[in-house]
Amino acid sequence: MASNIRLIARLDIKGPNLIKGIHLEGLRVLGDPNEFARKYYEDGVDEILYMDTVASLYGRNNLSEIVKKTVKDVYVPITVGGGIRSIEDVKYLLRSGAEKVAINTAATKNPELIKEVSRKFGSQCMVLSIEAKQTDNGWEVYCENGRQKTGLDVLEWVKVGEDYEAGEILITSVDYEGTKRGFDFELIEKVSQSVSIPVIASGGMGNLNHLNRVVNESKADAVAIANVIHYNQLSIYDIREYCKSNSVNVRDYEKS
Amino acid sequence: MKKVSIIDYGLCNLYNVSNALEHVGATVDIIDNPNSIKESTHLILPGVGAFKNGMRGLSLRKLIDPIKEHINLQKPFLGICLGMQMMLSKSYEFGEIEGLGVIEGEVKKIPSFSPNGKKHKIPHIGWNRIICKENKILDKSKNYPSMYFVHSYKAECVKKDNVIAYTTYNDLKIPAIISSNNAYGCQFHPEKSGRDGLDILKKFINL
Repeated sequence: MASNIRLIARLDIKGPNLIKGIHLEGLRVLGDPNEFARKYYEDGVDEILYMDTVASLYGRNNLSEIVKKTVKDVYVPITVGGGIRSIEDVKYLLRSGAEKVAINTAATKNPELIKEVSRKFGSQCMVLSIEAKQTDNGWEVYCENGRQKTGLDVLEWVKVGEDYEAGEILITSVDYEGTKRGFDFELIEKVSQSVSIPVIASGGMGNLNHLNRVVNESKADAVAIANVIHYNQLSIYDIREYCKSNSVNVRDYEKS
Repeated sequence: MKKVSIIDYGLCNLYNVSNALEHVGATVDIIDNPNSIKESTHLILPGVGAFKNGMRGLSLRKLIDPIKEHINLQKPFLGICLGMQMMLSKSYEFGEIEGLGVIEGEVKKIPSFSPNGKKHKIPHIGWNRIICKENKILDKSKNYPSMYFVHSYKAECVKKDNVIAYTTYNDLKIPAIISSNNAYGCQFHPEKSGRDGLDILKKFINL
């Protein structure tokens, strides 16, 4: 039997608010992230992913206060990303209650950081976050929330990440993010084939077929879900029930 | 009077464990010296990271003997993840390293492939059902609760009796809870496993 995939609620944060955009831009305020996180926990979400969308611009992650509040009610793993540049930044977020950190920009500038975080806190804590944009002959790694080119090829970069001991890959398609057109299935499949660490597919989920396809065809190990749950189009609970009846293995969860 | 203590040996994030224990009603102390261990009724050894660093952290603080003594006195003890693995005799993570040895067994890397050739992703990250025997920290009547696992190494116990719950990752059987008397070790993270995980912590502090 295949292992259970994970349903991850992705919450993009700007200042104190949950926001949502398209292609990681054009932001719209949705409300208090803690309230959303709590609801997703009660609905049986497997993990929470908080991304500070403006942190890279200001050079620091501002999510520690939000995380500190969330962990009082939410007893599933929380990953925090955005603007993390150093071991000190990681330590601070872990002390606030984060379980893992997702690092993008700083890792592209200094891949050694991946290894340092992994050696110091364990590879399970080090999620390599990648923002990918399609090019004529593949995908390029972007940073600064899809604004900045890096010149790195995604399929080469994931292997470097694995060599530097990242524990997981979070791959976000900038082209599909926020569009609800579906994941970049080909991208996710190629990434899954390239590494033997878990891959989290992010960006573009608009319906349940998308989820089925990204797991069964693209072989994602986890799925980051944003728009469809934030706008109440689907609940985490519904998504799990759908998975169970469509040969996507997920954990059992009963509402209290 | 109960005294629930979490051992701080310098390498892990204790906040989530202490937060979860407080949530289920415990008053928690974070301790890092032999005397505080002696004063504790319930000890928790959390941990992520490498086995070697973990044992070195305990050794530098002279905590190994006091922990063993606590366990020998049959006072409640809970190891979580690396803390569970350190309860065993030895590990093969970055060379052969001696553990606390309170349960006979070894810690070995999860193989990359199963006997039938299926690839195991490592680390194993995710929620897995556990199947348990009758025990004091997990309600057997609960229908195979799912717990949050994240690990690259697994326990291999010499005595079957020491494994009170196991899980399967792909087709690989992995000890999920090991135990000897009042010492328990969870491979998964009860503090991050939702209500069912919190239940284990609650039962543990009420031992």
